[in-house]
Amino acid sequence: MPEAPAPAVDGWFTTDAEPQLIGARCPACGTFAFPPEVFACPNPRCESEAELERVPLSSRGRIWSFVVNHYAAPPPALSPDPFEPYAVAAVELAEERLVILGRVAEDVSFDALKIGIEMEIVVEPIIPGTDELVWKWKPVGP
Amino acid sequence: MEVEAGGTVSAGRVAIAGVGMHPWGKWGKNFVSYGVVAARTALKDAGIAWSDVQFVAGGETVRNGYPGYVAGATFAQALGWSGARVATNYAACASGAQAIDSARARILAGLCDVALVVGSDTTPMGFLAPSGGERRTDLDWLRFRLVGATNPTYFALYARRRMELYGETEADWAQVKVKNAKHGLANPNARYRKEVSADEVLASAMVSDPLRLLQICTTSDGAAAVVLTSLEYAKRHGIADPVKVAAVSTVTPTFPQTAIEMPYLSTDSAASVAPPERLFRDAIAHAALEEAGIGPEDLSLAEVYDLSTALELDWYENIGLCKEGEAARLLHDGDTTLGGRVPVNPSGGLACFGEAVPAQAIAQVCEVTWQLRGQAEGRQVANANVGLTINQGLFGHGSSVICVR
Repeated sequence: MPEAPAPAVDGWFTTDAEPQLIGARCPACGTFAFPPEVFACPNPRCESEAELERVPLSSRGRIWSFVVNHYAAPPPALSPDPFEPYAVAAVELAEERLVILGRVAEDVSFDALKIGIEMEIVVEPIIPGTDELVWKWKPVGP
Repeated sequence: MEVEAGGTVSAGRVAIAGVGMHPWGKWGKNFVSYGVVAARTALKDAGIAWSDVQFVAGGETVRNGYPGYVAGATFAQALGWSGARVATNYAACASGAQAIDSARARILAGLCDVALVVGSDTTPMGFLAPSGGERRTDLDWLRFRLVGATNPTYFALYARRRMELYGETEADWAQVKVKNAKHGLANPNARYRKEVSADEVLASAMVSDPLRLLQICTTSDGAAAVVLTSLEYAKRHGIADPVKVAAVSTVTPTFPQTAIEMPYLSTDSAASVAPPERLFRDAIAHAALEEAGIGPEDLSLAEVYDLSTALELDWYENIGLCKEGEAARLLHDGDTTLGGRVPVNPSGGLACFGEAVPAQAIAQVCEVTWQLRGQAEGRQVANANVGLTINQGLFGHGSSVICVR
């Protein structure tokens, strides 16, 4: 029996209708981090021993850079058979000042991708047909 | 300027008494076999017996099981147990430099006179991949699983930034491959010794757009070794005027590192702390230059980690050979070609070698040593007296070694 789709990692993103990435935030110095598993505040000068809070991150950002991969990545990456080129985008969140990597969503034309355009979070299977879900970036548009 | 011919500055310096390499290629032999060849070649070059080596620093290989994890001891045993002390160093692509650093520090501390540093690898075809198994807390595993982010993916992200910020094109980067391929023609240790035209580069298959196959380095088998000694030992043993290590930088990034680094899925956040004066790669170079007491204008040559052609241009700027955005002009003006103002990768670089992770940083130092000795036949930089190596690897690793004569 096929498993129900579930996040490939727990606690890094929500899977509701308007998904969000979940990051960590230091209550003492306000630094953000993604992924949210950090052992201490990533700011080396922050002496706070308080636990970092889990917070939703901005669900939109702008492309810092992107690539289109024309060869299947080796395991443990998942690749469709036959292979289809896929895009990866590094997207900058304005408020958190984080640049976060993610695959670009299925059915997005590579021609639509440009540095600086606005992207939003979606959650999809890593590749079509797998039950592992992951966040991806999709151009904000009409 | 502290660097004088004849070595009038001796503080903090160790002698490179011998260097040796096994050629780079792809044979799938046991990594130890290549390492023994490199080690013996370096010892012979130094005129020092293996049984006189007091400390062995091995560069670890993670793809060869337990013997690779304890490479220092593996090479010591292969050469014949002598009671020497050992250490094994893993720092991703900077492993060889970290091994050099541990040997150098031991000599400078007066705990050792003679050290052997060896790195060797035998590698799989295609992309470097994590070891088998499922590790959902390992970022190096997760970046493949969640995002399909290979190493070339990261190189291509940086490359596209250069297009956006500086208007560079893949035709600009192709000239790096053309230059390095010409440099490597005369290098007996290079895996690829063949001229490559810009047309060939631009006709090669697209791998990680905007980077094509001939813009990205491969992985190779290979081994390199150096013999380091104290300056007093070198003098006592008639090693006249050796090349010296003047600086080793193995700094980690400073928070917030705002450029995305392998194999992370995110940068640091700049929301609460301003980015440092220098981002990571600049800081690696700066620390070495500062320790050696020189500036980039003092360099005779540089061996840089051309994981991609575009990354070689990043390195020109990181070292300070030119201002940000000017690297392509430096390349096209011929400044970094043999015969130019500051040849970069006279060895042929990764473009002609491919990467053998634990050996590569040591190979960079071997090349600089040959150049400073005037032994780089067919690819000699004129009047070379100061050379810099630099590289960068996963998880905050990077290194730079400065050699002088």
